[in-house]
Amino acid sequence: MKHNVKYFFREGAGNMLSHSFMSFAAIGVTVACLLIMGTFSLVAYNANENLKDMQKENAILAFVDETLSDTEARALQPMVEGVDGVADCTFVTREEAKEAYIEQFDEDDLYSGVDASVFRHRYVIHLKDKADMDQVAEQVEQVEGIAKIRADHAISNGFITLRNIAGVISVALIAILLIISVFIISNTIKLTTFDRRDEIAIMKMVGATDSFIRWPFVYEGLLLGLSGAAIAFGLQWLLYEAIAKGIENSDTLQLINVSPFGGIWAPVLCAFILVGILVGVGGSLTAIRKFLRV
Amino acid sequence: MIRLKDVEKTYDNGTEALRGISFGIEDGEFVFLVGPSGSGKSTIIKLLTGEILPSSGRIMINGFSMSNISDRQIPYMRRTIGVIFQDFRLIGKKTVYDNLALAMRAVGASSKEIRSRIPYVLELVGLSGKEDRYPDELSGGEQQRVAIARALVNNPSTIVADEPTGNLDPGRSLEIMTLLERINALGTTVVVVTHEKGLVNHFDKRVIMIDAGVVAGDGVGTYEV
Repeated sequence: MKHNVKYFFREGAGNMLSHSFMSFAAIGVTVACLLIMGTFSLVAYNANENLKDMQKENAILAFVDETLSDTEARALQPMVEGVDGVADCTFVTREEAKEAYIEQFDEDDLYSGVDASVFRHRYVIHLKDKADMDQVAEQVEQVEGIAKIRADHAISNGFITLRNIAGVISVALIAILLIISVFIISNTIKLTTFDRRDEIAIMKMVGATDSFIRWPFVYEGLLLGLSGAAIAFGLQWLLYEAIAKGIENSDTLQLINVSPFGGIWAPVLCAFILVGILVGVGGSLTAIRKFLRV
Repeated sequence: MIRLKDVEKTYDNGTEALRGISFGIEDGEFVFLVGPSGSGKSTIIKLLTGEILPSSGRIMINGFSMSNISDRQIPYMRRTIGVIFQDFRLIGKKTVYDNLALAMRAVGASSKEIRSRIPYVLELVGLSGKEDRYPDELSGGEQQRVAIARALVNNPSTIVADEPTGNLDPGRSLEIMTLLERINALGTTVVVVTHEKGLVNHFDKRVIMIDAGVVAGDGVGTYEV
C-alpha cells in the first residue's frame, strides 16, 4: 500500500489539534527537557573548550635547579618527557624567560637592565589530560634537577569540576526528562486513540492494516516532538546569548571564554531535532502498541 | 465462498458457543442465519469477520483458511467481507461522504477512486444528495443505508449483516432487507443474522437455523421453531 504522507500528516495534525491542551503540555515538557539538556550540554562543552584553551596557554612550569649548568639543565629533557601524562615539553633558557617576561609585563622597560641570572632555566610542560595535572606535577618534581613546579591547579580544577558536574547532571537529567517527555506524549496520543477508538475499530473491520492505523499517531508524535524541538532551539539560542552577554559584561567572570552560538548552532539543532523525533515517535509507539493488539 | 467444517468454539471462561458446526455458503447466495439468543449466531459472525479464531475445525472464507491465518493476512481477508451492524456504527462527527471515504482510505484507495466510487454506492442505496449530512441528521433507516453503503464501498464479495433491522420499525426493516436482496442480485453473497421470523418468512431464501451451538436446520423456506 502506498504511504500517503499528505493524508497521514493531515490526520496527525488534526489529532494534535483535537487535544490542544494535552498537546500544549506535551510540547511544553519536551521544550523543558531539551532546554535543560541543551543548557547543561553547552555548559559542559564550554568548560571543555576553556580547558583546552588552558591546556594551550597555561602549561606546567618546571624550574631547573639554579646550580645546574645549561648543558646539565638541557639533559633533563628526556626524563621530564618520560613522565606519564606529559604530552610535550620545551626547554626555555634564562635569557628566553627574561625576554618573554619583559615582553609580557614590562611595558615601561623597567627590567631591561636586569641580569638574566635572576631567572631560572625551565621546562614548559603540556599535559595529555588537564585532569592529571596534580599527579604529573608531583612526578615531575621528583625528577632530580627540578627545583620547583608551578601549576594553575585551582583554575583548571574548577573547570574540570564544572565539566564533570555538568556532564553528570546533564546525563541524569536527560534520562529523567526523556522518560517524562515520552510518558506525556504517550498519554496525549492515548487520549487521541481513545477518542478515535470507534474509527479505529471501523478501519480494522474494513481491512486496514495495523501500519495504516498506526501512521497518523506516529505523525502526531513526530509533530509534537518536532514542535518542541523548534521552540526549544529558539529559546536555547536566546538563553545562550543572554548568558554569554552576562559573562562578557561581568567583572569576575570575564576569565571564562564563551564559544559563540553561531559556531555551534548546527549540532545543537541536529541534536534537538533528533531527540524531538525520538521522544515523539517513542511516545506514539508506546501509546498505540496496546491498542493494535486488539 | 464460505465453508465451516466441524467448527467448535469454547471461550476462555469455558462457555461452549459452537459444538461442531458445519455448513457452506456458495458465491452469490442469500442466506438467513437464525436462532434464539445465545444459540451461537454472534460467535459465527465473529468467526466470519476474523475477530476470533475457532478452537477446532476448519473455516474457509473467500480463499482464506481461518484455522491457520496469520495476523498479517487478517486485514486482507476482511477486505473480502463487508459487515453491517444493528447499531450502524457510523462516525458521528463525519459526514456520510467522509464515513464512506474513511473505509476506502483504510484500504489504500486514492482520492480519485474515492470521488468516483462514493456517488455510485450512495445511489445504489438510495442516498444520493445526502453526502454532506451527518449521521444524526438522518433517520434510522437512512443511517443503516449508510452502513450498507460503507460495507459495499470497497466492493467485497460477501456482506455479513448482524441483526441489520434490529433498531428499525417493520417498514424500514423491509426496505433494508429488500435493499440487501438487490445487492445480492448484483452478485454479492449476503449472510443476514436475524431472529425476526416475519421478515425471514417474507423472503423465500435459504435459512440456516442454529440452536445450542449446532445446526438445527438448513433449507430454503420459512423460519420455524
